[in-house]
Amino acid sequence: MIATLLKLFWLFAILSMLAFGGGAGVMPDIQRAAVETYHWMTPQEFLGMFAISRAAPGPGSLIVLLIGQKAAGLPGAAVSFVAMFLPSCLLVHALARFWHRAGQAAWREVVERALAPVAIGLTFASGLALMRATESELPQYAITIVGAAVFAFTRIGPLYMLAAGASAMLLARLIA
Amino acid sequence: MANREAVRPTLLSLFLGFAHIGMMSFGGGLAAWTRREVVQTRGWLTEQQFLSGYALSQLVPGATNVNLAVFIGTQMRGVPGALACFLGLTTLPVLIVLGAGALYMGSNGGSVWLSVALAGMGAVALGMNLGLGVRLAFDNLRRIGPALVTLCIAVGIGILRLPLPMVLAVMMPISLAIAWWGRKA
Repeated sequence: MIATLLKLFWLFAILSMLAFGGGAGVMPDIQRAAVETYHWMTPQEFLGMFAISRAAPGPGSLIVLLIGQKAAGLPGAAVSFVAMFLPSCLLVHALARFWHRAGQAAWREVVERALAPVAIGLTFASGLALMRATESELPQYAITIVGAAVFAFTRIGPLYMLAAGASAMLLARLIA
Repeated sequence: MANREAVRPTLLSLFLGFAHIGMMSFGGGLAAWTRREVVQTRGWLTEQQFLSGYALSQLVPGATNVNLAVFIGTQMRGVPGALACFLGLTTLPVLIVLGAGALYMGSNGGSVWLSVALAGMGAVALGMNLGLGVRLAFDNLRRIGPALVTLCIAVGIGILRLPLPMVLAVMMPISLAIAWWGRKA
């Protein structure tokens, strides 16, 4: 039990520090560790957990709770949560303090303006990477593209969009 | 700055604001909800402050949206603010995910229809993230230089699958140079 908790802690502490550009990038590494290296679950169980963490409210990286829960019960979930979020939160907290102290400094204004196109570019990059990692069927691509257009150019509420996406996917499966 | 002091939120409103963001963001799309709540509805940050915080949250390793919550909380109210935003964002979702996980592990993999519906919601959530990118691009990229920076990063990492640190090591200095030059002009 203790050995499993240590493995969970080590795994997620390291992966969170490697997750540049967001948690989605290390999803394949999480899968490899949980399924192939440690045999905590089958590939199907991992996919189910991925779907739950995506569909549930909150950050998708909460999948670490499910993997910890499966490997070592509630203590496993708690250890995984701390390992995944504590190091990166401390880092970003320190960065935010530094940023705040810079106040109205001229360099901060320049850096802020330089970061805006970077943020937008990374938003597209992570969306495209996630599409490649999680989508394989034509209806999914279609729903994603229509969803992007609707979100960008209308004021339709996201909850309606999610309901429409679920319905469209069910319809596509019934017809196929 | 004086303007921001005037709307500096209480710890409770930070907690509730991020609880709202966390609970609304079924299937992802957190950044879109965060912008709506923090910039448009509550006016805690300007668009530019939000965007730079969002970029820094993506540059620091770890979950982007959790990083963003901690970044905003720290800016607003230091350590207590960071904790309020983090706990607001995660508390209810953690309980829901653990509950759903227990049900899932108790059943034998859940129903096929449920997983089809989840796939549809996930596809929409991805679309929302891409749509946020489109909207941010229309609202913020007024010149050709920054637009090209965005394009190179999106294509380099998203399509050509170049390593993110390498792409940023090239594009960040270019973007800084453009911003510096634009400032003096």
